[in-house]
Amino acid sequence: MTEKIIESFQVKRIEILDEKGDIDESLMPSISEQNILKIYELMILARMFDQRALKLQREGRLGTYAPILGQEASQIGSAFVLNKSDWVFPSYRESGVYITIGYPLHMILQYWAGDERGLKSPIGLNILPVSIPVGTQILHAAGVAMAAKYRKEKICTVAYFGDGGTSKGDFHEGLNIAGVFKLPAVFICQNNQWAISLPREKQTAAKTLAQKAYAYGIEGLQVDGNDVFAVYKTTEYALNKAREGGGPTLIETVTYRISDHTTADDATRYRSKEEVEIWKAKDPIQRLKLFMEKRGLWSERYHKYVEDKSMSTIDEAVKTAESKELPTPPEMFSYIYEKLTPRQKKELKDF
Amino acid sequence: MPKLNMVQAINLALKEEMKRDNSVIVIGEDVGKNGGVFRTTEGLYDEFGPERAIDTPLSESGIIGTAIGMAVYGLRPVAEIQFMGFIYSAIDQIFSHAARIRYRSRGRYTCPIVIRTPYGAGVKALELHSESTEAFFCHMPGIKVIVPSTPYHAKGLLTSAIRDPDPVIFLEPTKLYRMIKEDVPEDDYTIHLGKARIVQEGNDITIVTWGNMLHRTLQAIEGYDAEVIDLMTLHPFDEETLLNSVKKTGRVVIVHEAPKTCGLGAEISATFAEEAILYLKAPIIRVAGYDVIIPLPKLEDYYIPSIERIRKAIDETLKY
Ligand SMILES: Cc1ncc(C[n+]2csc(CCOP(=O)(O)OP(=O)(O)O)c2C)c(N)n1
Ligand SMILES: [Mg+2]
Repeated sequence: MTEKIIESFQVKRIEILDEKGDIDESLMPSISEQNILKIYELMILARMFDQRALKLQREGRLGTYAPILGQEASQIGSAFVLNKSDWVFPSYRESGVYITIGYPLHMILQYWAGDERGLKSPIGLNILPVSIPVGTQILHAAGVAMAAKYRKEKICTVAYFGDGGTSKGDFHEGLNIAGVFKLPAVFICQNNQWAISLPREKQTAAKTLAQKAYAYGIEGLQVDGNDVFAVYKTTEYALNKAREGGGPTLIETVTYRISDHTTADDATRYRSKEEVEIWKAKDPIQRLKLFMEKRGLWSERYHKYVEDKSMSTIDEAVKTAESKELPTPPEMFSYIYEKLTPRQKKELKDF
Repeated sequence: MPKLNMVQAINLALKEEMKRDNSVIVIGEDVGKNGGVFRTTEGLYDEFGPERAIDTPLSESGIIGTAIGMAVYGLRPVAEIQFMGFIYSAIDQIFSHAARIRYRSRGRYTCPIVIRTPYGAGVKALELHSESTEAFFCHMPGIKVIVPSTPYHAKGLLTSAIRDPDPVIFLEPTKLYRMIKEDVPEDDYTIHLGKARIVQEGNDITIVTWGNMLHRTLQAIEGYDAEVIDLMTLHPFDEETLLNSVKKTGRVVIVHEAPKTCGLGAEISATFAEEAILYLKAPIIRVAGYDVIIPLPKLEDYYIPSIERIRKAIDETLKY
């Protein structure tokens, strides 16, 4: 009789850019200066968009909105490396992802103002509508990946979800299926430390979320989710691996939800100001700015230019969103089935 | 023309559709190598390979969620849930996504998925192997619900379901899998979803039923001038055929195996009350399963609507 270790695993964490704006040169991915500027500009745009959405909500011009403040590096860093042909499966807290892949800003606003037409992604953008039931979209990423593999189309799928999502059955079923079939999928878990009022340590007894991957025979990586270079590099690695037939990856981006869960939430009921302050000091945009400053890529003038440009983009989007004609009641009926049912035809006479 | 039972007819429909269209795939537990626990997918693995007859892990939500993704990408997945009693963990995927993707994306994405599952009682099975919870699905806008009652109709309806642009729940009465053999054409034919069929014309009473209960009903009506309607598409059901029949006969009995409360019989009955009450000569009677959990084999026969119960209901309405 023997007793021996038959399996073990280690969880890697990737950090490249620190809070002072210094990088680990040996780990730094090759990103052109031009792309660093683009990433910075997207992060500023996403943050300003987020702030505007909150303002519009307070003014009664948007419904409930889920802010992304603090998660810009996780969202923009990962979405930036996607190919146009890749497919994205977002949760409801993904404005930064939408913006990065080039989704029309006015449509994001249109959706959050309560109009489904905002979810009809333009042809050429392969992003599914916002998934409200937590974690359920993970399986669709597996399904599209399986279909693409069957079709021999070299695309990847990327599912976004939160720390809370990892407790759902569909997380388990999705990662398990992706592992069994070695699907070209990347699962990006933004661990923002909270699922409404439930802190990360009560979500699971596991030390990391990344390690859950190993139970499914797939690779799990943790990254500093406020470090845009670490997120960029890790996502790029996972996508390349998937494209080469290496199967799926789970990426845990450790970040923080600085705002309330949604505009309907009050986070002061369950977490301390001190905790929030600690995380504010780790701000993802500030870090990138310091890095760029050291490289001579940042100046007040440049920043002002980026802000002005973002502001006018957002102003334009608000104007476009609010100038859309309201949807008409028959639209309720138009997309339930391809054709109206006889009963729907009768019901439609009410309008 | 070959004489086939329902298992063979379903198998033939799957095979023909897979031959015709390489976007059709089957996915589920034991559907590949093993050919399905009832053999409905037999031979598909050998003919079309593991990428089109996909053996999945034991994962109902996983099967449906994955199939939804495939459908959104443009395939036509036919997903199998091994028994209807195990579909519940996939209901989130069916209701929250399959039914809503077209609506939510304003038609940008659609979900042409078929979910096949053995359904109903009468085969002396284990717990949760005899469920008939079709009404849950009929309540959900965005999906269609089909129940075939013969091998011929199973093939035609399944072919239509696979070609349909919307999600379809295809409930296969386990009891009927091997009960009847009949001529089933090998060539391509379809049966319209959304249409009921008049199995037998009559003048005194309309009996609406589906699946296995159709066969009980046909035995029960001997000696009566009854019009028997096989609903086939449970959602959205064929109001027109039903109403025309009732306007002729003035009497209705609805027979289904599912529990009475909130069963589909309630909806059909309410439709008659709303649209044809002035034609009715007698109260509408539902002959349904009792409002209990479907029992294990020792009590199963007391649960399933019997020929006697159907006859009693007919006699009751004919008193008026
Ligand atoms: C299945 C499901 N259960 C509950 C909810 C209500 N709800 C919305 S968000 C949320 C917390 C999700 O936390 P997490 O997955 O960490 O994502 P985050 O909101 O932090 O981005 C809950 C409980 C839901 N939308 N879906
Ligand atoms: Mg969270």
